[in-house]
Amino acid sequence: MFLIPCPHCGPRNQAEFVYERVEEAVAHPDASPQETIQALYTRANGRDFSWELWRHAYGCRGWMRLRRHRTTHEIAEVHAIGAGA
Amino acid sequence: MMRYSALGLLKGGLDGHKSWTRAWRAPEPKARYDVIVIGGGGHGLATAYYLANVHGLRNVAVLEKGWIGGGNTGRNTTIVRSNYRLPQMQNLLELSLKLWEGLSQELNYNLMFSQRGALFLGHSDSDMTRLAERGDSLRCNGIDADLLDRDAVARLVPLLDMSQTARYPIHGGLIQKRGGTARHDAVAWGYARAADALGVDIIQNCEVTGIDIEGGKAVGVRTNRGAIGADRIGICVAGNSSLVAAMTGLRLPIESHMLQAFVSEPVKPMIDTVIMSQSIHCYISQSDKGEIVLGGDPDLYPSYSQRGIPMRIEEVAGQAIGLVPALSRLRMLRCWSGVTDMSFDGAPIIGATPVDGLYLNGGWCYGGFKATPGSGWLYAHTLAKGEPHPVNAPFALDRFARGALIDEAASGPLPQSR
Repeated sequence: MFLIPCPHCGPRNQAEFVYERVEEAVAHPDASPQETIQALYTRANGRDFSWELWRHAYGCRGWMRLRRHRTTHEIAEVHAIGAGA
Repeated sequence: MMRYSALGLLKGGLDGHKSWTRAWRAPEPKARYDVIVIGGGGHGLATAYYLANVHGLRNVAVLEKGWIGGGNTGRNTTIVRSNYRLPQMQNLLELSLKLWEGLSQELNYNLMFSQRGALFLGHSDSDMTRLAERGDSLRCNGIDADLLDRDAVARLVPLLDMSQTARYPIHGGLIQKRGGTARHDAVAWGYARAADALGVDIIQNCEVTGIDIEGGKAVGVRTNRGAIGADRIGICVAGNSSLVAAMTGLRLPIESHMLQAFVSEPVKPMIDTVIMSQSIHCYISQSDKGEIVLGGDPDLYPSYSQRGIPMRIEEVAGQAIGLVPALSRLRMLRCWSGVTDMSFDGAPIIGATPVDGLYLNGGWCYGGFKATPGSGWLYAHTLAKGEPHPVNAPFALDRFARGALIDEAASGPLPQSR
């Protein structure tokens, strides 16, 4: 397990958080059908760092984007998203 | 191939077990094969065996970066069953279960396949409705399923907590009596030995580092032991499918997540069926050595670490003790984790890729072991004929773009919602 530095609450146990999806999987409303399929149903799924969206579901319930390593679980960057970010 | 038998074992005992020969060769890679299977797990080895045995293709290689059966084949909870809800999944897994039923004899290798029954518990009226629906769906498709009432479940598994204060009250269950367990390592070894005897080259410590493409067609692989040419190449590396596919620039509908399993110290026989649940994700069985084998949910976020999170250990242990309180005094021996290919509908992918000559077998989520023989059978057909068998046609890679998902759990198009 790992600590996630919530931008609102500080470092908290990973058990409080829910992984939502990778940032590249966000489909934009003005994207073409092909781009939307690409975003929704394909992933790079590498072994190294990727940008992901997580929620502090059992804490402040805020959303955040974080850059996390898929093998070491190191979190290099965290940014709040949504209102007030 | 040296045939194994009870008499042979006796003879081996008399000469101090000095007469046994290698079960398969360790050949150098040839310059070219008709078919290369990337990945020497159960699925890849089964594919090679059926390519040679059913389709007569003997110039076949299985390339394995480590040792055969060292990935998810050796990390699962060894459960075999075909009691799925959707007909596409039933057809796939029933084909597999029928192959399991004669496999030890066919391979002349003891897979310790034990049809001890796979029981799903129902904990509420709605659970029982869903189990009845699943049972009806199975019986309509000619697959055995028996709905059990509370008393029948209590007779079958006397150690379940049937008290009024039970954490998980038991209303009944659905059993597939032909379900059970098999020895996972033996499946890889049995297929490897049988495939090798038919001329298949099983090449271990041979990591594929690139796929050569000429004029839009895959023509060979680069490995740490040199370049090898092939007419057809089959990726069969569930857990790492995305990484191998990325060698050709392909992006797959897969995320890699961790799945853990646990075993206890060995004890005398106490649970003689496989216990699962409609509502909680905990499965319990007892190995032939006596260990209690436990499994649960995946870790629900992408990772290749092959390390599980303690939170899941606590959750699975809590659920197991809630179902079978007698387990509370057991000491756990080991826990481990495997990398699973989580697909976006919970179903596997077996078929062609956009690259000519390159095929994919992956996306097995947390349910690949039970499908090993069927997966190999269907993938061999697909690789030999260049087109899918009717049973694996629905499991094509392009089904996501077409909206033809096979969503067994009806839980939506995200890998962690399985």
